[in-house]
Amino acid sequence: MSNAIHNFLEKNIKPSFDKGGKLENFFPAYDALETFLFVPGHTTNGKGSHIRDGIDMKRTMIMVVLAMVPALLFGMWNTGYQYFLSTGEAYTFMDAFLYGALKVLPLVVVSYAAGLGVEFVFAIINKHQVAEGFLVSGMLIPLCLPVEIPLWMVAAATIFAVVIGKEVFGGTGMNILNVALTARAFLLFAYPTWMSGDKVWIGGGTDEAVAYADGSTGATLLAQATERSSGFVDAAGVQYGDSFWSAFMGMIPGSIGETSTLAIMIGAAILLITGIASWKVMFSGIAGAYVMGLLFNLWGANPFMEVPAHMHLVMGGFAFGIVFMATDPVTAAQTSTGKYIYGFLIGFLGIMIRVFNPAYPEGIMLAILFMNVMAPLIDHYVVEANIKRRQKRTMAVAA
Amino acid sequence: MSETAEATAVVKEPREPLFSSKNKKLLSDPLNDDNPITIQVLGICSALAITVQVKQAVVMSLSVLVVMIGANLIVSLMRNLIPSRVRIIVQLVIVAALVILVDQVLKAYVYDVSKQLSVFVGLIITNCIIMGRLEAFALANKPWPSFLDAIGNAAGYGWILIAVAVVRELFGSGKFWGYQVIPDAVYDFGYFNNGLMILPPMALITVGIIIWIQRSKNTKLIEEN
Repeated sequence: MSNAIHNFLEKNIKPSFDKGGKLENFFPAYDALETFLFVPGHTTNGKGSHIRDGIDMKRTMIMVVLAMVPALLFGMWNTGYQYFLSTGEAYTFMDAFLYGALKVLPLVVVSYAAGLGVEFVFAIINKHQVAEGFLVSGMLIPLCLPVEIPLWMVAAATIFAVVIGKEVFGGTGMNILNVALTARAFLLFAYPTWMSGDKVWIGGGTDEAVAYADGSTGATLLAQATERSSGFVDAAGVQYGDSFWSAFMGMIPGSIGETSTLAIMIGAAILLITGIASWKVMFSGIAGAYVMGLLFNLWGANPFMEVPAHMHLVMGGFAFGIVFMATDPVTAAQTSTGKYIYGFLIGFLGIMIRVFNPAYPEGIMLAILFMNVMAPLIDHYVVEANIKRRQKRTMAVAA
Repeated sequence: MSETAEATAVVKEPREPLFSSKNKKLLSDPLNDDNPITIQVLGICSALAITVQVKQAVVMSLSVLVVMIGANLIVSLMRNLIPSRVRIIVQLVIVAALVILVDQVLKAYVYDVSKQLSVFVGLIITNCIIMGRLEAFALANKPWPSFLDAIGNAAGYGWILIAVAVVRELFGSGKFWGYQVIPDAVYDFGYFNNGLMILPPMALITVGIIIWIQRSKNTKLIEEN
């Protein structure tokens, strides 16, 4: 069946896109769709020492998208769960899931449509192939946003991120900043009322602050932690039950994909087993955050500093950022030692921004963007140090 | 009589017409091919700081125009008197005097804008475009070309400033020259002003986009490599 479709494409559709055909300008668009559906017919040629493997960028990206599916599905269910908690209606598992799916899927569709639209336009203008990088960004963008964000804002942010964050630098693989985080940063600074506060995290609650049936508000754990002057853990404990475990499971308000550390860990396992994401970045990132958390515990100048270090790992977007965004192979440090430094500083700075700056409780996003910019510098010094070390060795041998 | 007139005419160099092609280039080059902001990347500080509203940008551009014309003319007239060792300090004194004049005029006639521009009027003294033109042009040319050069460069600076300000005011606060231009109906429909447009990074990005458009249109500017 699929062979028949492929043959049909090759014989009847492709010629009009080939050189000299009617639609030759649109070849990149055709090529993108064909290679998306079928394994490309060409392989690396036999010369040279390349490893010839079936896994091209498209397959790599699809693995990352698959790794995000647990977080996405959980996010859909949690959206519905939070909604029914706030209304106090009776509901079943499927009710919650369907409500969430209806809220979340439009965001995903808009993000992909806007981003891929820009990618196709640039590919056709520049006459290169449509790169696959956006497959991941397009899924990351909705997952790191609050559920009530208007669709046009998502489209505007996606277009901004793809054009200014990626295409001006030369397209996929050339970007300095993580595209999804560029979109999120754009939204945070452009429309702050839609990205923070206690109204946007729960479905159906933009007109007034959502109160749960039991009277608690819809603010995220992070927002509560920054606002509360004393006794955060106790207060959160009262509100969400055992707060560490509820934050770990993810049945709390927050951005769509980042509430459940468990779902993100399943994704992390997929990424690590397939070898797509770097365990060095993830490991050192978690270490960095934990160290910073412990330092703050020792200091303990205000209640937020007294939040136990392990709570920082499950609150807010830390887990999501460190698993899916810090490990972005394009924007992370490339050298092995560099990856440890890069990851450690993301965790370290992320928690520092989170605790020190009440205006931006989601410090992980800013920390990753900052370290994206610093990654080439880290690599530079790692390489320099290596050169120096080896030079010393040869000098010693020569002498 | 006619003989002497002919003789002097032969001795004298043929007088250049006021708007010869060379002089016209002085006016037109800074607008595009040699724009102080987008090509030479000078005067960026003020371009980022005072382009939130069109009104500020226009007042700033006019102030720079006045200061630049005055400074270029004065320096050009004095170019043979200024010892080259102390030329920078002489230029600074001239520019500073002119800036103080402009500042007083702004305070007298457009006080509110003057308040908003605050320190940036004073900072015209250190505007790299003005110092650059004095050093590179007025010190070595006659007053008339210096005058044209000043107008050209101030206009090149001004149009970028105003273009950036139009974009930032429109998207940042939905206004033009302080008047709302995006109708209420659009806001009722769910539109929101873009808070990022008010912040300086967006001015940088807007200037970047203008440079991008300019380079894609003007093939002379594209480097070969």
